[in-house]
Amino acid sequence: MLNSFKDKIGDVLLPGDVFSVQMPESITDSKPEKIVCGPGLRRNGDEVLVCKSGVLRHKPPNLYWIDSQQRRYIPVKGESVIGIVTAKSGDIFKVDIGASEQASLSYLAFEGATKRNRPNVQVGDLVYSQLIIANKDMEPELACIDSCGRANGMGVFGAGGLLFKVSLGLVRRLLAPQSEITVDLGKLFPFEMVVGLNGRVWVKARTAQQTLIVANMLESCENMTAQQRQVLFRRVADGSI
Amino acid sequence: MEVCGSSSPTLREFGCEQNLLSRPDGSSSFIQGDTSVLAAVYGPAEVKVSKEIYDRATMEVVIQPKVGVPSVRERAREQCVRETCEAALLSKLHPRSSFTLVLQVVHDDGSLLSCFLNAACMALMDGGLPMGCLFAGVTCAINGEGQIITDPTAVQEKGSRALMTFAIDSTERRVMMSSTKGSFTVHELQKCIAISQKASEKIFQFYRDSVRRRYSKTL
Repeated sequence: MLNSFKDKIGDVLLPGDVFSVQMPESITDSKPEKIVCGPGLRRNGDEVLVCKSGVLRHKPPNLYWIDSQQRRYIPVKGESVIGIVTAKSGDIFKVDIGASEQASLSYLAFEGATKRNRPNVQVGDLVYSQLIIANKDMEPELACIDSCGRANGMGVFGAGGLLFKVSLGLVRRLLAPQSEITVDLGKLFPFEMVVGLNGRVWVKARTAQQTLIVANMLESCENMTAQQRQVLFRRVADGSI
Repeated sequence: MEVCGSSSPTLREFGCEQNLLSRPDGSSSFIQGDTSVLAAVYGPAEVKVSKEIYDRATMEVVIQPKVGVPSVRERAREQCVRETCEAALLSKLHPRSSFTLVLQVVHDDGSLLSCFLNAACMALMDGGLPMGCLFAGVTCAINGEGQIITDPTAVQEKGSRALMTFAIDSTERRVMMSSTKGSFTVHELQKCIAISQKASEKIFQFYRDSVRRRYSKTL
């Protein structure tokens, strides 16, 4: 079983591809191997079914998933997203996170908020928040505090900056530890960047021009190889663009 | 744009492009000879309460003709494409949401329904919608002499006695949908299905190659 997966790591797979689980009869007394299926892989009886096109990735010891370039966000519990407040109704805010349904955000889910002391959130504001409920049968729910009641970087955005959308694949590449794109961009000039896993990226640099440069470079990174990207970054650093 | 050469069973040269539109969640264009279709898919998205299904996603297909407004013929083809997509998609994973597929005819030179199906499959894959299998559309025409022509042009379609389009699934090469016109014998039907199944192999291989090329930069 594990071998059939290991052979395919880094390969492009299509929906409908299956990995059959065939337990070798001879070693029944050994401990059964366990694998964890991430996004794009589903268990279907005795086999594992691929249901998205993309690259098979592996994380030791036994985590497998399909890395695909999609645009539509599907909420997952615990992920941090950038939302746009679309409505205030009673004690909740409705927040657009780019999913099939609007998420709800309680006004008590902000740091230091109480029944008396309401947070200052207006319709149209951006919020960086975490999904605390996300499953297919329920409305997604957001919170701007962690389990200790601290903001921890979440909350309403300040004025200025630019919000734009990129593919979910690029967002995951940006958020990867020691991401080359982020490191290279940081060498050009200082700027603030907030990356939501729903494909929204917010950037604020010292001037509007620099903000636009960062935004355009991130958008163009989507379809570039590492070499092409390095050439582009060098040209920008030299000031030729 | 990738182009695949033709060999037996003869299909016209076909090509496709994925992710070419910026607004939809998934998009593709599929070209078979001179027939060309542009597909865009949106989803899982919000759905009207009247169309909401509590345990699965609502699939909607819209076919836009090259000129004029959609008519009964487009409606019939929409239904064929919708039922094929519904069978391939795992719509149970996104209840109370909608998948919308828009197919725009760019040029019609025969085998339009099979081109719709291929463009739809590419767009659904590009949009990252959960699918249990892929599908490919193959059109067969039987001419006056009883010869079977796969992937006919508009002229060949006009001179044919019977015209059949099949959607073939990628896992077991079974027929998912069939749309037939004209008169034919049971034997001819089975022969056409066998030829379509063989031709679909080529299309599935092409799907794999073009998706691999698309991801080649992120490997």
